[in-house]
Amino acid sequence: MEFFRSVNVDWLGKKWYFLAFSLIFSIAGVVSMGMHWTQIGSPVPLSVDFRGGTQVQVQFAQAPDEDKIRQATAAAGIKDARIQPIQDVGASGGNEVLISLPEQHDETSLDQGREQIVNALHAHYGNPFVVRNVMVVGPTVGKQLEKQAGLATLYSMLGMLVYLWFRFQLIYGVAAVVACFHDTLITVGFFALTNQEISLTVIAAILTLVGYSMNDTIVVFDRIRENLRLSRRETLPDVVNRSINQTLSRTVLTSGLTFLTVLSLYVFGGQVLRGFSFALVVGILIGTYSSIAVAAPMLVAWQEWRASKGKTVVLPASKRGRV
Amino acid sequence: MKKNLKSKVALIVAVLAICVYGIFGVPSGFTGKDLTEAVAKRIHLGLDLRGGAHLILQVEVKEAVNAETDNTVGRIQQDLKTANLSFTQVFKPYPLTRPDDPTAKPEVIRLEGTTQAQASSVRSTLDTKYSNEYDLAGGGADNTWTLTMKPTIETALEKKTVQQAIEAIRDRVDSLGVSEPLIQEYGLGDYQILVELPGIDDLDRVKSIIQSTARLEIHAVVGGPYKDEAEAAASVGGVVPSDQVMVHGSGALATGSDADSVYILQRVSVVAGSDFRSADPGTDQNGLRNVRFTLTNEAGDKFYEYTSANVGRAMAVVMGGRVREVANIKSAIRDSGQIDGSFTADEVTILSKMLRTGALPASLNYLEDRTVGASLGADSIKQGVTAAIVGILVVMAFMLVYYRGSGINADLALFLNLVILLGFMGASGATLTLPGIAGVILTIGMGVDSNVLIFERIREEVRAGKAAAAAVDQGFAHAWVTIVDTHVTTIVSAAILFLFGSGPVKGFAVTLTIGLAANLFTAVFVSRVIFDAHLNKLKPGELVSI
Repeated sequence: MEFFRSVNVDWLGKKWYFLAFSLIFSIAGVVSMGMHWTQIGSPVPLSVDFRGGTQVQVQFAQAPDEDKIRQATAAAGIKDARIQPIQDVGASGGNEVLISLPEQHDETSLDQGREQIVNALHAHYGNPFVVRNVMVVGPTVGKQLEKQAGLATLYSMLGMLVYLWFRFQLIYGVAAVVACFHDTLITVGFFALTNQEISLTVIAAILTLVGYSMNDTIVVFDRIRENLRLSRRETLPDVVNRSINQTLSRTVLTSGLTFLTVLSLYVFGGQVLRGFSFALVVGILIGTYSSIAVAAPMLVAWQEWRASKGKTVVLPASKRGRV
Repeated sequence: MKKNLKSKVALIVAVLAICVYGIFGVPSGFTGKDLTEAVAKRIHLGLDLRGGAHLILQVEVKEAVNAETDNTVGRIQQDLKTANLSFTQVFKPYPLTRPDDPTAKPEVIRLEGTTQAQASSVRSTLDTKYSNEYDLAGGGADNTWTLTMKPTIETALEKKTVQQAIEAIRDRVDSLGVSEPLIQEYGLGDYQILVELPGIDDLDRVKSIIQSTARLEIHAVVGGPYKDEAEAAASVGGVVPSDQVMVHGSGALATGSDADSVYILQRVSVVAGSDFRSADPGTDQNGLRNVRFTLTNEAGDKFYEYTSANVGRAMAVVMGGRVREVANIKSAIRDSGQIDGSFTADEVTILSKMLRTGALPASLNYLEDRTVGASLGADSIKQGVTAAIVGILVVMAFMLVYYRGSGINADLALFLNLVILLGFMGASGATLTLPGIAGVILTIGMGVDSNVLIFERIREEVRAGKAAAAAVDQGFAHAWVTIVDTHVTTIVSAAILFLFGSGPVKGFAVTLTIGLAANLFTAVFVSRVIFDAHLNKLKPGELVSI
């Protein structure tokens, strides 16, 4: 069985469609992030990890009534409690609710939130319950984590850039990093659009898909480099098109298979990993798309720009060759 | 060619065997239950899968610096008095009123009101005694001197405080009977401690235990050691007076036996746990081991009165209601002294530790706490494993259908990949977290990438008309470069995650890295061996099933 026996699509010719597609999603994402920023002070909803506060996961014996829970917490004097039911294809039978309190500004009363919630439920809401998970994060740790996550992302991109510069040429590295940035932006945009929280594990997923998108882009670049070495007469756009067509079957297959495994994680993996698997599901699709639609056209655009300026075209197969 | 193949196959089988051992150890039986037990013993689960409590504490190290300089203020006053040098006051110009006060500088001491005539004496006194730890400035016409603790000394003190706090917490946690607690410095911040207690559901009790002061006291010894209570009572005329108390201890370390003995001690303690500032093992001038300790200022005064009146007598260290140690008072002790006795190296270390941990050196603040219920942990494992199995089956089925005979090759490589990954984790004691299970699933998807790369290349070569053996050769040769590139970039990603991530994320980085490294081995070496074995069987002109 073979899906892609002899493909001959003019990918570069479609670059305007690709650009439009990317722009639509990027702009939608950015707009949504802007709206979130005005509402809650951060571009995407942040999990307790980063914003601090208290979050209690409670499982009730009978189906929980959100309004009654809200009344119970209000009756106990708790302001600003956020109640969120959990939809889960869970193994344990559902009826779960997340109750969160906003962040404290210092660490002195860190623990009171949890006790207050538990007492409020005991006193004012008759449904018997079990506490499954508690997270209490003070503002200090939350901020430290934010900084770490930011640094990790930055170093990741920098590391990739350096590696690609070393293995190929600077322009390859820049094109690949731009593609990764595009992927991250759209993925985070999806989180804003679907109003999902970003936690530390989601950041881990985003860093993984940065690596994955790099992977994909490198496969195409490797083939471009090989073909440039072999053929001295073809124009760059033709070589790029041919390289993409040659690697298409591998790209679609691998992405497809990885996508299937990650989809399995999203469907069966449970609520704790939901954000993580969502990031990967979106990221793998976008990452594959960007290698063809963003990175490759950028290479060609760069060469055409330099040629139009009359400069020597410097996009050889290796540093010593010449096109 | 055939002989080469045999040794390669032997290598693969050996690796397989080692990894299976890594996963199962030596199981007691081969039923499903026995095997599950064996795996559970070898693979170390993270907190999010096992359930338990996770705490991050801030050690207020400035308090320790504050206490140390308080001590020094007292000593300076004493030294100047002894040397008959006049002064108006010794004080701290920027005292520490609240632990998190950013303007406080508890490391600065000021001396005011000396006279010009005695200036050089003051300087030499301060120099000889304090120049190791403090930088001295001043002594000009305003008769004011400033001593500032040297930054290196201050940092060393702060680090030591954190270590002491860790020891104190460890001791207290031990009393809870938690298996495999994790107590260590938390890398993300300064002077923060991470405590992880698997299996603990009741966080409140844990927190109060960690923050409490253990009861440790020093009492004057009236008599002992006696064999039992009757003998002890007999020594004081049958009835123990109300200001004394009988306390048990296991074997006077002086007698070297472990038998239970009874002492008669003064009821009121001379020194209690919070009065100790530090205790360390040391040796005296004769090379005998002792414990050097320091007390707080007020305790020092009290202790001085007591010890000067009781030279030659014994005092007992009582902890948790039992006598732990008895020592002799050699001379009057103010706030730093030593406890002598015929100690072994072990005993000295234990005693120092008891004295140190009896007192928390600085207060601890909670920055973060998380509790994962065991039922949530169990659910997470179930869900993660289900997702993994579904993923594996889908991929394996696809490979078989799409690549036919070579699909079996890829599936074998994939299976071996997983075995190596799990075996390595079991053998190295790495922790498996929920994101770690996700990492395993990701490894499946990415691992099969290498196979796809190679197989697609082989198909191209076959289409270009090459014979079976040459096609396989070229396929591997061309794909190799790309495989290395893609694996390296993802491993770099994972390495950065490992460095910057917290517990669960580190688990993810670890499984991803090991999985990819294992994949390099299986996709290239093992796949090649299987292909070679298959090629040997092909008749000339026959094509590879791909």
